[in-house]
Amino acid sequence: MIPASFDYVRADSAEAALAALAEHGDEAKLLAGGHSLVPLLKLRLAVPAVLVDIGRLEDLSYIRDAGDHLAVGALTRHRDLERSAVLAEHLPLLAHTAHLVGDPQVRNRGTIGGSLAHGDPASDLPAVALATRATMVITGPDGERTVAADDFFAGFLETAVQPDELLTEIRFPKATGAAWSYQKFVRRAQDWAIVGVAVQGGATPGVALVNMASTPVRAAAVEAALASGADAATAAEAAPDGAEPQPDLQASVAYREHLARVLTRRALTASALG
Amino acid sequence: MLITVTVNGTERTDEVEPRLLLVQYLRDVLGLTGTHIGCDTSSCGACTVLVDGEAAKSCTILAVQVDGGTVRTIEDLAGPDGALDVVQEGFRQEHGLQCGYCTPGMVMASTALLAETPHPTDDEIREALEGNLCRCTGYTSIVASVRWAAEHADGRSPGAGSADGPAS
Ligand SMILES: Cc1cc2nc3c(=O)[nH]c(=O)nc-3n(C[C@H](O)[C@H](O)[C@H](O)COP(=O)(O)OP(=O)(O)OC[C@H]3O[C@@H](n4cnc5c(N)ncnc54)[C@H](O)[C@@H]3O)c2cc1C
Ligand code: FES
Ligand code: FES
Repeated sequence: MIPASFDYVRADSAEAALAALAEHGDEAKLLAGGHSLVPLLKLRLAVPAVLVDIGRLEDLSYIRDAGDHLAVGALTRHRDLERSAVLAEHLPLLAHTAHLVGDPQVRNRGTIGGSLAHGDPASDLPAVALATRATMVITGPDGERTVAADDFFAGFLETAVQPDELLTEIRFPKATGAAWSYQKFVRRAQDWAIVGVAVQGGATPGVALVNMASTPVRAAAVEAALASGADAATAAEAAPDGAEPQPDLQASVAYREHLARVLTRRALTASALG
Repeated sequence: MLITVTVNGTERTDEVEPRLLLVQYLRDVLGLTGTHIGCDTSSCGACTVLVDGEAAKSCTILAVQVDGGTVRTIEDLAGPDGALDVVQEGFRQEHGLQCGYCTPGMVMASTALLAETPHPTDDEIREALEGNLCRCTGYTSIVASVRWAAEHADGRSPGAGSADGPAS
């Protein structure tokens, strides 16, 4: 399969990427690791006139301890997340979940920024961003703005990032020593989740679901049940509340709802919540 | 766009369309047909090559993305005299292939694994090959092949072809 023709611009700085986006407007698309976008280009489901390659912005690839939070650059690859000593100590949920994305070849190329900005409800890392209550740093022509994970995922393959903007950093509250769990239900090891659940323990536990709506979603009803003292089994029953799972070749709506309950119970039990 | 890529130790400069996939560049422009196209949908790993030393699916990368970088393909593994490198030899000794279609990808993914983890457990081998599908072998003999290579490396770095000097 061969993509439709496009012009290619390689950005050597975030400023250059923003300038290219300003010049080409809606016609342009950013290319990070390309492991969501290149398959879409090949299927011609995406036909941008211009690709702006930000894949070499090394200065946006980092995992830093920033005191009360961890700052992760948008161009940080899944490979670097899964091997990070900083994450292993302060946010093991993110390192573990990154390790479950696709396969080694995918993790060698794909980035956290691409995973979040793509807005795919079947992606793993958005659920981690929701469960940990991460903050996205978005840079545009007027400078930086921050968006809470809860306000970031706008619709199917749609996020708060505007066509003239760049997701530059993700800020995760530290969760040193807190319990966590990620449950991913797949038919084969390398697959996308049929349903997934991320749980981050701490003062205010967070629970978020993969593939249970047209966006990644917070399991607010489970969080509320936990806050009012429900045990894991009872809280998990509320997992599908407020979600709107879609049927596909792999799972019906009822099966997805069942999986959400079972996986949430497992995740809560594994992290000794409820 | 003009790109310069070091492929199997030789610097190449070519004018390519931005939409040209790396696998097409290797096969159609450079004639390196050892890298196979299986699924063409990023799933099977038959197209796996090393990009800057790391396993990557060349059907999911644009040739322009590797401009200035290094690519190694299956053609680079055997010595100048045709002697198989240790990973290839492992696949031969342990019958790690039947039809052979997946084999270039399997061997390159295994080469990347052994460069980083010279003595992998069977679980680590299976995880490293998670992105490589084989419709023939049932995988057991592939795992045994990689294990054979790890046990017989004898100080040889896996995949020590032209990029690292001639294979011993
Ligand atoms: C075989 C295969 C299996 C996979 N399995 C999984 C899986 O199990 N779980 C999972 O979560 N993911 C999976 N993925 C997707 C993978 O995680 C991708 O790497 C990721 O979704 C996108 O990251 P990328 O860097 O490749 O982004 P790209 O493909 O380069 O970009 C994706 C989109 O995000 C935009 N974008 C990228 N970076 C930015 C930025 N910094 N600012 C603004 N917009 C940006 C692009 O314009 C594009 O629209 C899989 C992919 C493949 C090919
Ligand atoms: S041909 Fe590239 S992954 Fe199958
Ligand atoms: S040997 Fe035939 S596909 Fe693997």
